Amino acid sequence: MRHIISVLLENESGALSRVAGLFSARGFNIESLTVAPTDDETLSRMTIVTEGGGDLVEQVTKQLNKLVDVVKLMELTEGPHIERELLLVKVRAMGSARDEVKRLVDIFRGRIVDVTDSIYTVELTGAGDKVDAFIDAIRPEDIIEVVRSGVSGIARGDRALKL
Amino acid sequence: MEMTGADILIRSLSDEGVKHIFGYPGGAALHIYDAIYKQDKVQHILTRHEQGATHAADAYARADDSGKAGVVLVTSGPGVTNAVTGIATAYMDSIPMVVICGQVPTHLIGDDAFQEVDTVGITRPCVKHNFLIKDVRDVASTIKKAFFIAESGRPGPVVVDVPKDITAQTCEYLYPQHLTMRSYSPVTKGHPKQIKKAVELLLGAKRPIIYTGGGVVLGNAGDKLTEFVRRLGYPCTNTLMGLGAFPASDPLFVGMLGMHGTYEANMCMYECDVMLAVGARFDDRVTGELAKFSPNARIIHVDIDPSSIGKNVSVEVPIVGSAESVLEDMMAALNETSTQPDADALGQWWEQINRWRGLDSFGFDADGEFIKPQRVVKMLCDQTGGDAYITSDVGQHQMWAAQHYRFDKPRRWINSGGLGTMGFGLPAAMGVQLLHPKAEVACITGEASIQMCIQELAAIQQYELPIKIVCLNNRFMGMVRQWQEFFYDRRYSNSYMDSLPDFVKLAESFGHVGMRVENSGDLEGAMKEMLGMKNRAVFLDVVTDQAENVYPMIPGGAGHNEMVLKPGAQTDDMQERELA
Ligand SMILES: Cc1ncc(C[n+]2csc(CCOP(=O)(O)OP(=O)(O)O)c2C)c(N)n1
Repeated sequence: MRHIISVLLENESGALSRVAGLFSARGFNIESLTVAPTDDETLSRMTIVTEGGGDLVEQVTKQLNKLVDVVKLMELTEGPHIERELLLVKVRAMGSARDEVKRLVDIFRGRIVDVTDSIYTVELTGAGDKVDAFIDAIRPEDIIEVVRSGVSGIARGDRALKL
Repeated sequence: MEMTGADILIRSLSDEGVKHIFGYPGGAALHIYDAIYKQDKVQHILTRHEQGATHAADAYARADDSGKAGVVLVTSGPGVTNAVTGIATAYMDSIPMVVICGQVPTHLIGDDAFQEVDTVGITRPCVKHNFLIKDVRDVASTIKKAFFIAESGRPGPVVVDVPKDITAQTCEYLYPQHLTMRSYSPVTKGHPKQIKKAVELLLGAKRPIIYTGGGVVLGNAGDKLTEFVRRLGYPCTNTLMGLGAFPASDPLFVGMLGMHGTYEANMCMYECDVMLAVGARFDDRVTGELAKFSPNARIIHVDIDPSSIGKNVSVEVPIVGSAESVLEDMMAALNETSTQPDADALGQWWEQINRWRGLDSFGFDADGEFIKPQRVVKMLCDQTGGDAYITSDVGQHQMWAAQHYRFDKPRRWINSGGLGTMGFGLPAAMGVQLLHPKAEVACITGEASIQMCIQELAAIQQYELPIKIVCLNNRFMGMVRQWQEFFYDRRYSNSYMDSLPDFVKLAESFGHVGMRVENSGDLEGAMKEMLGMKNRAVFLDVVTDQAENVYPMIPGGAGHNEMVLKPGAQTDDMQERELA
């Protein structure tokens, strides 16, 4: 199963490498990891996507909690939540493909943010599977470059990760 | 008054109650060494290698029931890398330790400066936490945090990296009295509902076992454990790290468990229906093959570290809390209920256990041409009244020490269980003797291990530490030889200890007493003579039987019920048939 863990940690140098080191040392896999400071600049918020059974994710959260820099965490996938990822993709757009890409971007509610006579650069946000679906919809030979931000997420309703 | 970072550092240690620090100077640490010179509250012990300093500080903490951290000071670069083995050793055994490292000046960090290493990066996987100080105003508070983290919760080593310029800058000194960290607040009290559940489960047991580890020793919960076990009348086994938490002389003690544990302890683990694990972590040397682990057991696991629980085996009643507090609460819960242990079932269980015990799985043949290593340990135990502090290195001698020295008190048995670090024993003995100047301290070692930190014989001389070194000299890396005998068709690749020094002369050259025993008949007198020299360090080199192996043994891939016994020993089935 895929798990999304949100972590509040001290915004200190070294905190990120502790988390990354933990995953590699214990052989946990990281599908994606995003991190940025929060409104409280002493705290960073990290979103980790990992794959594995219930026992594994329990071990991952316990080990994360054990890190002295980790203040609090929440497994988002335990309840209803919103998940978003930003995609920037450079697509070859010439001849008839130009219209087709434009149409796909509209269907997926993306935006074309840069244009040359042969290339569109597309911006799109959504859950991971929507981003996957968009990439799948474009012919592989037309894709020049793909940038994904990794997943960020937040719980729905009044469930919140804050101090 | 403004003080330099170096003075603040040493003053903070002194305000923290530190009496001894173990270390080795070098460029990046020179301001700190100067600060040491200018005061007399904190005494610096100059070891002869940074590895020795870390092991000495580590053992200093292990032998101290106050739970205070051992303290190390090293210079940058090679000072740090030499210390890493000792830091990892402490980390694996959850020992509180604060390691202060000199670092190149702030403006040179990242420049591949002379004697620069990424200390925080190198030590990160083997510390509980580490710090790089970037501002002289953070020195005192960082030291305070380092001790707090090292000593609380599940203890462990904390590294503090201090750039040289920081130690020269000045600011006002204020040592914080209290400390709260929003990101760190270990739980000590177990959940009452879980405690109640655990006690109910325990009282319903027909074949119970109480299995405890280093957490009981570190948490000073030995008395609580002993009271609890005696109240129930259940069998108790200790891990290698947990020896002494429950008195070995007590009939309820079934011995150490695990790879070289007693037959009865391991069979109890296999056959039990309810297991109470306290401060133990289900290490692979303890569980044997996990797929065959305690097939019928309902498990209660008490540990201060939530991540230890459910890591290797699944647990029915997890309890997060300190061993002392949880055992106290469980005792109270026992006293409140009218339910009693099932006396009939327990009687049958003890009958079974005593049949296993009858096998005498640690037994050995003391006669014969050569001195049996087990006999040396037993004799040391008898002659010290079982009351010495015993440090050890790693190998067969370590297992024989654990098997044959009777530890009735916690913190007497000091060894590197988790990392298995050869070279630990001698510096460890230094640390213990400094802490307990009047106590009898002996290091049981092998001729290979002792050579890994032999240089500390000089420090032992300098600080006049009357340590007794008992070297079980089998001219082999015995444990390696044993595995090669069993699993590699006796191809003894590189395990023979050629070109051994004359340990008697070696000891003498450091100013100590050296003795060598080759004949069985001389052993007793020699040991008496050694122990009689109260003010001298003595190196007793005992030439032992080369062919002796450590039994019993759980080989790789086997379960607790599949122990290999010493040659000629009866198996349980055979014995049962005979009894019938
Ligand atoms: C630093 C280190 N290197 C290698 C080992 C692997 N090892 C474990 S036991 C052992 C042999 C120890 O020999 P000795 O000290 O003579 O003890 P004996 O087994 O003969 O009692 C070795 C090499 C280790 N544990 N630590």
